[in-house]
Amino acid sequence: MSETKTIIRLDGVRKSYDGKVNVIEELSLDINEGEFVTLLGPSGCGKTTILRMIGGFDRPTDGKILLDDNDISLLPPNERPVNTVFQKYALFPHLNVYDNIAFGLKLKKLEKDEIDRKVKEVLELVDLEGFEKRSVSTLSGGQQQRIAIARAVVNEPRVLLLDEPLSALDYKMRKEMQLELKNMHKRLGITFIFVTHDQEEALTMSDKIVVMADGKIQQVGTPEEIYNEPANVFVADFIGESNIFNGVMSGRRKASFAGAEFECVDDYEPGKKIEAVIRPEDVSVVGEKDGILTGEVTSADFKGTFYVTFVQCGQYEMEVHCLEHYRPGAVVGLTVLPDNIHIIPYDMTINNFLGFIDGFVDGKGLYLVFKDFAMFVDQHRIYPDSRVSKGRLLDENGEFIDYQGKEVIAFYQPEDGDMSDDAKEGDVVGRIVSFYYIGDHYSYTIRTDNEIDYVVDDEDLWNQDDKVSVILPKKKMKFRLKQEDMH
Amino acid sequence: MNKVTFDRKQLAVPYFIYLVLFVVMPLLVVLYYGFTDAEGHLSCRNFAEFFTNGKTMGTLVYSLVIAVVVTAICLLLAYPVAYILAKGSYARKHAFLMVFVLPMWINFTLRITALKEILTVLEGNLAYHPFMNTVICMVYDFLPFMIMPLFNALTKLDKSMIEAGHDLGATFPQVLLKVILPLSVPGIISGVTMVFLPAMTNYVVLDMVYNSTYIMGSLIGSYFNSYDWNNGSIISAILLMLIGFFTVFTDKVILGKEEERI
Repeated sequence: MSETKTIIRLDGVRKSYDGKVNVIEELSLDINEGEFVTLLGPSGCGKTTILRMIGGFDRPTDGKILLDDNDISLLPPNERPVNTVFQKYALFPHLNVYDNIAFGLKLKKLEKDEIDRKVKEVLELVDLEGFEKRSVSTLSGGQQQRIAIARAVVNEPRVLLLDEPLSALDYKMRKEMQLELKNMHKRLGITFIFVTHDQEEALTMSDKIVVMADGKIQQVGTPEEIYNEPANVFVADFIGESNIFNGVMSGRRKASFAGAEFECVDDYEPGKKIEAVIRPEDVSVVGEKDGILTGEVTSADFKGTFYVTFVQCGQYEMEVHCLEHYRPGAVVGLTVLPDNIHIIPYDMTINNFLGFIDGFVDGKGLYLVFKDFAMFVDQHRIYPDSRVSKGRLLDENGEFIDYQGKEVIAFYQPEDGDMSDDAKEGDVVGRIVSFYYIGDHYSYTIRTDNEIDYVVDDEDLWNQDDKVSVILPKKKMKFRLKQEDMH
Repeated sequence: MNKVTFDRKQLAVPYFIYLVLFVVMPLLVVLYYGFTDAEGHLSCRNFAEFFTNGKTMGTLVYSLVIAVVVTAICLLLAYPVAYILAKGSYARKHAFLMVFVLPMWINFTLRITALKEILTVLEGNLAYHPFMNTVICMVYDFLPFMIMPLFNALTKLDKSMIEAGHDLGATFPQVLLKVILPLSVPGIISGVTMVFLPAMTNYVVLDMVYNSTYIMGSLIGSYFNSYDWNNGSIISAILLMLIGFFTVFTDKVILGKEEERI
């Protein structure tokens, strides 16, 4: 690869509005000169906020934005060598095509001849020669889109920002514009930063994809890396179709999930909890006896070039994209090559809640206070060898235990948690911020007003943004004193 | 039993009756008096008289001057207010707007009586500055009518237009001049319409601040007070035509152009 130079650097950028919740959390990112970079993520993930900060329309709350190593965080938009193609084009309705495109050039006080020449050139670039005198309201959506691009690139920016520019176009037009934008990028050689929620668009167009969720970068990589080696379950679920299963490493390069053991190429220590990702097109259908898994076809829908086939293997469901048609009810075997199983170590940080001990009542236990909830817990679950004497807590040596204010971490397994739509039934109330399907159940992330996430497995399908309460499995919850306090 | 059928059009009947009785009929009466002489014969003498009489023409010019000055000051005061209210990031911008519009709830003669007291404290004898006091009182009276349409027009203006202007290298004054002002023209026009014509005829304000110069309204009033229905009517009719021309002009020429673009 040739020598690349960083043009835009985000350094520890954080953004919050009115001092409230962080829209962007401590984010660092390098963008190289001449790259086509796509910020990809679901709506509300902060991708547009990043674009607006690079454009100068929003200022970072913390951190720096560097262009060629110069801090531009506080520079107003009109002093940045950056231009934007807005989502709804934002063409000036009171100006015709020529005046729209020439807007920036006239401000730079260029000669009339030069402006004429540049407008003509850029109209050729977007294939709208001779449109100078047209009023922008007479143009179709696709033509307005092109004029918006022309208006931005005519200023020869160092970086072109595109804020979901194709979302208002119909399918066919969008496909066409994707190719054209890519060609334009090659011809102009300037850096493109493109924002979209459409993963297919991102995979088609980009040199580099930045997958975002929750104001955080989930993964940065080439389209191939993002697709073939998703860094976490969110990326696997968001990019393309995937089958995700919970499991454990059952040996060296062996993983056990979906009720069977699979050979794989990722090497983690045996016994480690993992999540396995398998793309539907990587599953092969074989004879009933020859598969690692055996199951019954439940549905098969034709999608033009392949059949989307669902196979029920015991309690687990596998999505398979295959060229042949299997009738529902047929019993088939399924195999997956070791190379096509992507293993992600299980995220051990979820469902860990930090609280502290706030008192002891004989008969009830220790009173634990967490951000979202408080509860009595039998003292033996935290101090196993303790005993009670005259209402006070003693350790095995008969010394008083100094429990007051000690920090405690509570943990529960997602499969032990429960959800309810009745706010009174559960212990904490929040909204579903994300969910994905794992073989035989859904994994939900519920976020409370205190910005704490609770992960709960459930077999039923709930909706994003549903307000639910989480019923904590108090009997099965595990508690431990925070490490530093152990000594 | 016969079912009584109810048509939505019938809802318009009460207003239609009102319109005929109190708008259309009086207008016809005004036109009748305007184009007849004292004996009731058809005549264009009143009409010609208006344009040849130096006194009426002088009044017309004075009214126009007052209206132009009042409208200009209203526009200059209202535009920044409307812009800040419409584009600022206040949680309760409509509550703020109410503060500016609230005075309209009080009868304007009461408000001007109060304003007169303030002006008396500042100036001593009001009679020394009749023109200035007239302008101050009228601006105070008409300002809300200018703020409202400007606020509406600026609220509708897409924020990305302003951002696009900055993005293309314009400073705020340049964006204001090249993007915001042209795009708020419909609001400016309706604001001007709401202020300019009333300012030409609101003679009560002049009376209250001891401005003895006639404007169009006082001229009409003086004719009617001396039972000269014919001359009073023709002036009313001419003002009406002016309003008509103005409305058609702004609709067709300026707003028509806007529509073509949007």
